[in-house]
Amino acid sequence: MSANYNPFSLVGKRILVTGASSGIGQRTAIECSRLGAQVIITGRNEERLQETFSQLEGEGHEALIADLTKNAQLENLISLVREINGAVFCAGKSMTAPFPFCTEEKFEEVFRVNFFSQMELLRLLVKKKLLVKQSSVVFVSSIGGIERFSLGNGVYGASKAAIHSMMKTCAKELAPKKIRVNSVNPGMVKTHLIEDLAISPEQLDADMQNYPLKRFGEPEDIAYGIIYLLSEASSWVTGHALVIDGGVTV
Amino acid sequence: MEINEFIENFADQFDDIEVASLTPTTVFKELEEWTSLIALSVIAMIDEEYDVLLKGEDIRNASTIEDLFNTVKSKQEK
Repeated sequence: MSANYNPFSLVGKRILVTGASSGIGQRTAIECSRLGAQVIITGRNEERLQETFSQLEGEGHEALIADLTKNAQLENLISLVREINGAVFCAGKSMTAPFPFCTEEKFEEVFRVNFFSQMELLRLLVKKKLLVKQSSVVFVSSIGGIERFSLGNGVYGASKAAIHSMMKTCAKELAPKKIRVNSVNPGMVKTHLIEDLAISPEQLDADMQNYPLKRFGEPEDIAYGIIYLLSEASSWVTGHALVIDGGVTV
Repeated sequence: MEINEFIENFADQFDDIEVASLTPTTVFKELEEWTSLIALSVIAMIDEEYDVLLKGEDIRNASTIEDLFNTVKSKQEK
């Protein structure tokens, strides 16, 4: 057994992680650094981003404050990023609204964060050739809107379905550039997004009983899937939605 | 904000309930048509009409329509 053998290693890779101030993004950034990546983390809040930055292991990481929904800040981020080997889009926003309340304004608010800003970031990374050959792009999508259609989850689900569609299209169109594009599709994960939901702890507990593995996800459950998709271990995988959900969609 | 208007907005979230059948002391969770989707609709209505974002537990802690009205009122004042 070779002590250094690790097909999931990220040594020598520069990885951009959005939404890195908390939840899945934070855990992904930290785990990437532990597997040897140089990580560029972005988020809106300087203090919380610094909190993630202080937990990164190894050298050469960068923290860049940016609100990706603001075009000027997004362009500024692009100008600072330089060449990267991977990008993980974790910035996300939840929304609970039964259909009669799904106004254009609500769609706009959620799509701005979950879809438009992510597409624009990827578009600029590709156009400016900042993603080098053999690089990997990972979207954090969801089972919601693709596999599961929960009450009141329409706007959020639609934004994730849009991501799902573009993930597949980008996988095909970027393949000639040797850029792979995949997503992870989590079930319910214990992050602050849960606290934003309009359901009670009892309802959450009842929902948990629907999961064959009888628990919700931890951010690292998702981060490890992302790492697989960033690493050379997945070099023949593109256009794939990796469901990580404790079996709830089975 | 006054309770009659609140009851009208509340009744709007149901399909088969007459406003006149509801009073401030109606225990809303005992209504036949009450479901988790109606609960989500009530939360969304309160957000839209009163600019107050209730949590699921606010619904759980309220028994009558008046309880809910008072919760919204106290959160508006904060």
